[in-house]
Amino acid sequence: MVVQSTAEAITYPAVGAELDIEGVSHAFDIDGATLPVLDNVNLAIAPGEFVALLGPSGCGKSTLLRLVAGLENPRSGSLREDEVRITGPHPSRVVVFQDPTLFPWRTVWDNVALGLEAQGILKTQRHRVDAVLELVGLSSFRNAYPHQLSGGMAQRVALARALVNDPKILVLDEPLGKLDSLTRIAMQSELVALWQRKGFTTLLVTHDVEEALVLANRVIVLSDRPARIKADIAVGRPYPRHRGDPYLAELRKQILGLLGLEATW
Amino acid sequence: MSTYSVSDTTAAAAPRAAVTFSNLSGSYGVGLAASLAWLAFGASCLYWPDVGDWSRTSSLGIGAIVIAVFILFGTLSADYLGSAGQALRKRAPWLLAFGALVTLWEVATAKFAWLPLPFFPPPQSILEVYTDDLPRLLDSVFASIKLQLGGYIIGATVGFVTGVSIGWSQKIGYWVHPVLRFIGPLPATAWLPIAFFTFPSSWSASTFLIALATGFPVTVLTWSGVASVSSAYYDVARTLGAKPSFLVLKVAIPAALPHVFVGLFMGLGSSFAVLVVAEMIGVKAGLGWYLQWAQGWAAYANMYAALIVMSLLCSGAITLLFRTRDHLLVWQKGVVKW
Ligand SMILES: Nc1ncnc2c1ncn2[C@@H]1O[C@H](COP(=O)(O)OP(=O)(O)O)[C@@H](O)[C@H]1O
Ligand SMILES: [Mg+2]
Repeated sequence: MVVQSTAEAITYPAVGAELDIEGVSHAFDIDGATLPVLDNVNLAIAPGEFVALLGPSGCGKSTLLRLVAGLENPRSGSLREDEVRITGPHPSRVVVFQDPTLFPWRTVWDNVALGLEAQGILKTQRHRVDAVLELVGLSSFRNAYPHQLSGGMAQRVALARALVNDPKILVLDEPLGKLDSLTRIAMQSELVALWQRKGFTTLLVTHDVEEALVLANRVIVLSDRPARIKADIAVGRPYPRHRGDPYLAELRKQILGLLGLEATW
Repeated sequence: MSTYSVSDTTAAAAPRAAVTFSNLSGSYGVGLAASLAWLAFGASCLYWPDVGDWSRTSSLGIGAIVIAVFILFGTLSADYLGSAGQALRKRAPWLLAFGALVTLWEVATAKFAWLPLPFFPPPQSILEVYTDDLPRLLDSVFASIKLQLGGYIIGATVGFVTGVSIGWSQKIGYWVHPVLRFIGPLPATAWLPIAFFTFPSSWSASTFLIALATGFPVTVLTWSGVASVSSAYYDVARTLGAKPSFLVLKVAIPAALPHVFVGLFMGLGSSFAVLVVAEMIGVKAGLGWYLQWAQGWAAYANMYAALIVMSLLCSGAITLLFRTRDHLLVWQKGVVKW
């Protein structure tokens, strides 16, 4: 592969993977009692699709993402990536958590390099780290430590740390939840641009209905715990989307109704 | 960028003009007073007869005057000496206090004998120890360092490995934890009598005891450090393709390192205590033994001389440990400066 420009080096035809969630139920044992968290969730996500998950707090969204990431196995049902059953974590499915969870003892560069280092391919692939730092606009902070970064910068590093692995499925658990609204809007556009450019399948959990509508092809609304799929709404609008779009406003009203929040509309 | 730039170029002040009356009392005043204090110390040695018979009084006086001259010139040219000048200025109050103290000590012992001799020897007799008993003192220093270093390195290594193992593996923890609880809190010196007859030599027995004293705090703190690593770090590393060895070496250990250093620090303190006791009781070498020997001969000056050396060594060891920590933990903010 000939590297033309730094940004070019990581855009390879990494087409997203298909994700199938079939009859997945999950529960936790707390003090001898069983807490059901997911109840027969069925969801088929096409390669390259951007799906947003919305649901009440504590309904089991993060749990579903942990199952997709392979950090846990479901009590029943199955999850498949490109028809291959998910049994454990794999760098083709990377998670960006709500907290950036950067390793404080590593510089920005070393944090981003984490995945390549863990997979033992860093020596030959150092340019990918440089390129992805360029992509998120943090090249000049490569030697900074996490405590020297602002919240938005730290979250961009976390995103870069995920993207450097060229994931087929990018799993985002309220990644922008703690950012101020301006940083958040800026990062939403960055996220759409990245997704369009690289074509990975994206599964995003958010508590912000507007964010879901601006970003996703499909919005899945979950019920209270144990989570079931309450609605599966296609968002048929091209990108970039506009927040004031009456079509999106109508969908927003509908979704808030599903979440039992008509009163706030 | 502001949060990240570390250079501090504005701190380099422009050279100031020569001594004026107003800054005599300010930046120069303390330095000049310190110089005077050392001059007084030197003069009292050289021109005031001792009540006893000490051979190093005039050498000490000359030494004190040399120091006084250094302080004087250093103070006057501090602005042109760069960081050394700044350091001198910063330490001038201490130099003053110290000069005054040794002068007082000299007067109270060698001139008026206010403090009973031989329990409170004058400074010159301590200088005499450093010049006349140097070979024995150096031998003792090397013996102590050798014993301490060997025991400490063994104890720290074993403690670190044990701590990581029990923090990481429940199976290992199941077996090691009760043993640790039973043996760990016992002061290492309680093993002295047993150690000295079970080990082939007093040297190996002392190494074992020092290692034991070091190992316990290092084990416990490494363990708690590893156990308290947030599982979120492991989740991140695992989704990025990390294998268990990576999780231990690149996640658990670096995250636990601040705790490990607390353990190393505590271990250093308790191992010093064991070292001295072991040297006094069993090993016929080292500074602990030197102290014991000096006491046997009522050579009080030798005791003070050895104590000063010992204190410098212990402090130096801790400084070294803290430097290492600062170097390894640059990523932490607000670490304590030793
Ligand atoms: N490891 C766990 N052990 C026990 N209970 C858990 C665990 N993880 C999550 N839960 C519980 O499962 C429920 C769903 O959690 P989560 O998936 O984090 O919700 P959210 O939709 O807010 O992301 C919560 O009630 C939470 O307390
Ligand atoms: Mg959550």
